[in-house]
Amino acid sequence: MTTIELRNVSRWYGNVVAVNDVTMSIEPGVTGLLGPNGAGKSTIMHMIAGFLPPSRGELTIGHGSSWRNPGVYRQVGLVPERDSVYAFLTGEQFVVSTAKLHELPDPAAAAARAIALLDMAEAADRKIATYSKGMRQRIKVAAALVHDPEVLLLDEPFNGMDPRQRLHMMDLLDKLGSEGRTILFSSHILEEVERLSGTIQVVVAGRLAASGDFRAIRRLMTSRPHVFTVRSSDDRLLASILIGGTLVGGTLAGRPAVTAVELTRAGLQVRTSDYGAFCRDIAVLARDHDIRLREVLPADESLESVFAYLVAN
Amino acid sequence: MFNTTVAWITLRATLSRRRALLFALPAVILILLTVALKASHPPMRLWPSHVLGTFGFSVLIPLTALIIGTSVLGAEIDDGSIIHLLATPVRRSAVVVTKFVVATGLTVVFAAVPELIAALISGGGSVPGPGDAGLVPIGAGSFAVALFTGALACSVIYNAVFVMVSAATTRAIAVGLLYVLVWEVLLSNFVSGVKLLSVSHYGLGIANGLASDPALEAGLGVLTSVVMGAIVTVVALALAMNLLSSFTLKGEPA
Repeated sequence: MTTIELRNVSRWYGNVVAVNDVTMSIEPGVTGLLGPNGAGKSTIMHMIAGFLPPSRGELTIGHGSSWRNPGVYRQVGLVPERDSVYAFLTGEQFVVSTAKLHELPDPAAAAARAIALLDMAEAADRKIATYSKGMRQRIKVAAALVHDPEVLLLDEPFNGMDPRQRLHMMDLLDKLGSEGRTILFSSHILEEVERLSGTIQVVVAGRLAASGDFRAIRRLMTSRPHVFTVRSSDDRLLASILIGGTLVGGTLAGRPAVTAVELTRAGLQVRTSDYGAFCRDIAVLARDHDIRLREVLPADESLESVFAYLVAN
Repeated sequence: MFNTTVAWITLRATLSRRRALLFALPAVILILLTVALKASHPPMRLWPSHVLGTFGFSVLIPLTALIIGTSVLGAEIDDGSIIHLLATPVRRSAVVVTKFVVATGLTVVFAAVPELIAALISGGGSVPGPGDAGLVPIGAGSFAVALFTGALACSVIYNAVFVMVSAATTRAIAVGLLYVLVWEVLLSNFVSGVKLLSVSHYGLGIANGLASDPALEAGLGVLTSVVMGAIVTVVALALAMNLLSSFTLKGEPA
């Protein structure tokens, strides 16, 4: 059981403060590091991973610092965000060579185990250059897991993965977390964090904005109004349905938690208090009224706006 | 200190890049030039020392070492793949030493060996004869061995410098090219004091120590060359190790 501790950690570049006085403790289990782009997540990840020294404060993994301490990687696996792997190697060669760099007693067996864990056995003898982005991401995770680390750091691990790969990865991380490993992953996508993590650390503008159980924080997030831009084959009809509701199969459908609808040149601007219900119901309503949906776009779902709301509350 | 897995990855990475095709280019030019000069100047014995010494040591070897030395580390830093190597318990000094050894080996193959071949093709250099005899030819074999030894030393020192430059800056090729053209080609051949800090003159000094060929225009004695070459190599590698130990990934500022 290994804990990652950050105590009053700050990091600045010249006059620009990237991370400002962050104190957090990341316990065994899965923890999501959540925040909009540019919030300082990667800076925090890089500092934890030993690739950036804090300008101020103290950061430890277990009992040691990670900065200028390659020994720490015996217990840490890192999946960097940057999509740069040794493309000239096969997946298997890449993972085996990582196992050798960790001086494992049986690199081939360790690599086979890690590759199987990521469901990459079939593609293992292909060059990484031929992999899709999602496959490259998975082979990076296999390499990071080859030495069976106690701590796994993943920077935006779901980038480029298709939904099936994403689910598989989430199940895997869930399993690793329940085994008592300390899993920290960063993401700017709320739904990823919601699916995977019970504990989150929310970073906004370099500061720790919220920390703790996801559901409590999510409740704060979902109580805010959401704005969607909707374009359809009949915007007026859709607007009237969304405002007025309609009887479908004997029950009142429509108005899926809609609080306001505005007809604009770009389509409908719809305000709703329930993000999930609106996404589900609008498709049903459109189908039942023979309306073709051309675009359903959350207009204010940028994390900046979500977190601005969160911080304000 | 030497890690075979790092060496294997480095070798594969270096030879699989397109710029690997450039490795052989300076050597091909040198050999073609030697063949052409040999065909057009059969009785003249000074050109081998000038072409293989001055041109070879201050242009061919540094350019080849620059391409290779910056490839082994700089290219991986540029594309970010170095992180997979550094996120392991392998000591960063071992990464530097291994990459330096691989780069030196490749430079020997693509620069020092071509120097040897070109020297053998040239038929040898010249040494001062007794009395008024002027310059008399020396055998191709001893001339080639002298040049090869000097080129070997240059390969070692240049690669230590370029691996260090790669660890210090992401613009390693531009910095290295500027250093070769301004320092090694221009200043070291026209400003006598600069020779003490010129890698090409360390190589020429060692070659001249074996061949005693004044046409090589070595600015330094063999002992000075060996000592200075060793100091530059050790200091450059120590700096590279320190720089790589402090390797950072830049996060996005808020």
